Amino acid sequence: MATTAAGATAGNGGDAPMAGEPGERGISRRSSVAVLERHLVLHRRLWRASAASSFLMPLMIVAGFGLGVGGYIGQVQGVDYLAWIVPGVLASTAFQVAVGETTWPVFGDFKWVRAYHAMRATPVRVADIVAGGLLFVLLRVVSSVLIVCAVTAAFGALRSPWALLTPLVCGLVGLAAAAPTTAFAATVSHDSYFVLLFRFGVVPAMLFGGVFFPVEQLPAVARPVAYVSPLWHGVELQRAATLGAAPHWPVAVHVAYLLAVTAAGTFLALRAFRRRLQD
Amino acid sequence: MMTTMIAVRVSPARIGAVIGRNVGVMRSGPQYWLVLLSGFCEPLLYLLSIGVGVGALVGDLSVDGRTLPYAAFVAPAMLAVSAMNGALAETTINFFFKMKYQKTFDAVLATPVGPMEIALGELGWAMIRGSVYTAAFLVVMTAFGLVAPLWALAAFPATMLVGLAFGAAGMAVSTLIRGWPDFDMMNVTQFALFLFSGTFTPVQDYPAAIQVVVQVTPLYHAVGLVRDLCLGTPGWGSLGHAAYLAVLTAAGLAFAASRLRRKLLV
Repeated sequence: MATTAAGATAGNGGDAPMAGEPGERGISRRSSVAVLERHLVLHRRLWRASAASSFLMPLMIVAGFGLGVGGYIGQVQGVDYLAWIVPGVLASTAFQVAVGETTWPVFGDFKWVRAYHAMRATPVRVADIVAGGLLFVLLRVVSSVLIVCAVTAAFGALRSPWALLTPLVCGLVGLAAAAPTTAFAATVSHDSYFVLLFRFGVVPAMLFGGVFFPVEQLPAVARPVAYVSPLWHGVELQRAATLGAAPHWPVAVHVAYLLAVTAAGTFLALRAFRRRLQD
Repeated sequence: MMTTMIAVRVSPARIGAVIGRNVGVMRSGPQYWLVLLSGFCEPLLYLLSIGVGVGALVGDLSVDGRTLPYAAFVAPAMLAVSAMNGALAETTINFFFKMKYQKTFDAVLATPVGPMEIALGELGWAMIRGSVYTAAFLVVMTAFGLVAPLWALAAFPATMLVGLAFGAAGMAVSTLIRGWPDFDMMNVTQFALFLFSGTFTPVQDYPAAIQVVVQVTPLYHAVGLVRDLCLGTPGWGSLGHAAYLAVLTAAGLAFAASRLRRKLLV
């Protein structure tokens, strides 16, 4: 604690890390990778369980809606419903995996496991903890999405060479969902707030974010709600990539929005982590 | 001999005490009424998104020679799903936590309350919670004109039966669960039931082999029963659905109580 306070008052923010003298600010690549490694080691023991939810569920949605309900729908915006829904499901998989990895796990590492407190007892700094966590989410998101992608490609749902950008788009959606959720999880006092986050945030985003039907179908009052959610921007980008058509808004606007949410979320997460790790 | 005698006695007051404990616990959490309320919101959101949003793309659906708006087809299914989820939320993760980690049932068994009373009390609580959701959902369906008021009244006890059946089955499964990763498999199974039990598309349109598989699973019968009543077309088939759910309730309860007895009284 004394070193931390000394580091903060000395104002060495942004400096390269010095062994044995962890400052309050700044980030080190080695420490961030060490945090990532810790997440990966834990994941190695649990991946079988999470594998089911991270790609079986999206594939069931594709089968149930794309093939099942799609049979009664025919075409939407000029493509088969199956091909239309797949990019939405890919983006929402990224979104869900990212939120899933940053709610209970982050809260648990503060409250039950106290892993972050343990990390702070080493040269790992707050920014390294946040960066390592986000890197892990990025890996989780991209690996789940690639599996869904491979299977849906077999259904003929990927229609454009731009579909190669899928990991990039989904990674961006994942970060834009993970950063603010991490900040939220670091702030709340009780895990029942996550039930509320899912019911009033994640589930509505998935149901009304353009995954199952075009957002233009929503009443004009409700549309801005979809525009605020990072998922909708991801769905638009992903749909443009897999179908090769231009999205409704310029690509740069969607990308800029997702980056802005990621940046703001990371800033809030850093602040929340610093506060909570003070004890 | 002693254990069996204790286990067989069932008293309403002791079952009530198990329920009362759950009420107290729920009220001790933050924002408990918001959490309760949110359980009702989820199927409503599905109804708005899939029933109304996707429904606009689907148009009308013809089922058994009748033409229905898609929302009228999906709404009863969401009602059945709501009854299922409401019951399962209590009798799976919560039940498992109390049994394995919190040792609640060990503590309860140190009182005059027996295993069957615990099972019935937990199931009763799940039913109360689930029924609040389904009653509210039926009011919304009536307001949307998706069910006639009298048929809504008839559908309510059917949703209670659905809750009983899934609550009992959930409790039985919880006594077999080894750890949290098993719940992931349970979630996937629950989600598969949710998608493929004639909820979003008529089961008659599936390939014959898949139809048989679906007809063995419980949510198909729950959706069948609730939909028959909501659409005002009950028949002999509805009785078959109800019988399936009643058998599931009895079997689930008996299994859960006997496992609890074995796990906790040894």
